[in-house]
Amino acid sequence: MFAVAAVAILASLALAIARAIAGPTLFDRVLAGNTVGTLAILLLAVFGFLTGRPEFLDLGLTYGLLNLIGTLAVLKFFRYGDLAHDDDAGDRAR
Amino acid sequence: MALMTLLAITTIAIVRQRNLFGVVILAGIYSFLMASVLIVLDAVDVAMTEASVGAGISTVVLLGTLHLTGGLELERPRRALLPLFSVATVAAVLVWGTLSLPPFGTADAPIHKHVAPRYLEKSVEETNVPNVVTAVLADYRGYDTLGETAVIFTAGIGVMLLLRRGRGRRKPDGAADDTGAAK
Repeated sequence: MFAVAAVAILASLALAIARAIAGPTLFDRVLAGNTVGTLAILLLAVFGFLTGRPEFLDLGLTYGLLNLIGTLAVLKFFRYGDLAHDDDAGDRAR
Repeated sequence: MALMTLLAITTIAIVRQRNLFGVVILAGIYSFLMASVLIVLDAVDVAMTEASVGAGISTVVLLGTLHLTGGLELERPRRALLPLFSVATVAAVLVWGTLSLPPFGTADAPIHKHVAPRYLEKSVEETNVPNVVTAVLADYRGYDTLGETAVIFTAGIGVMLLLRRGRGRRKPDGAADDTGAAK
């Protein structure tokens, strides 16, 4: 059962990467990158159960946090053109 | 092996991609794939480092670089045969080097024969550290780790000095230079 799940995750990983390469807009790419991060977590969990060592699940938590940071950084950069943007400071300047 | 194929596809896409935003995102995807490959190879700690440095920190650092430089790569100047040749030669030498390595996962490889049994048997009584990896890193290879930390510390100081110098120079020019840098 876990092997089937792993194959399915690999297939969806390939689809997400195809979208990241082909994606016409930036948001397709951001979403595909986020999906790849999520699928990496799932693959880690399934592979842990497949080899009988599910204690690697803790690493999945780390991956989840990192994935969030990366996606947030990209989106914030795209919205403001700057990583250290402070909304209040921008309003005051205007 | 499917993971390795996806890794190769992502690498080629990174090389061919002209929009640098896309390159940053593809690089994040690449390091998540690389972390998955490392997990399959049973190197979980390396995988966690790869995911945190590759997908987390370097995405942010690359975006900061994009803020300073700009979003589009310039056109390729010319066909370069000599770099291609040197890269191919180095790759051939590396592959040739892996041929004489012992097969993956064999118990009697030289790396498992030299000092590893002593570490595994005596680390608790010699160092009183329950975790073997920590004992090796911080006790048996203490000077090595100290040197690594000194190198990273020096690199951090250098980067901080460079960044502060750039900021100090830009300030007197005022707003016009700032908008030029934001382009």
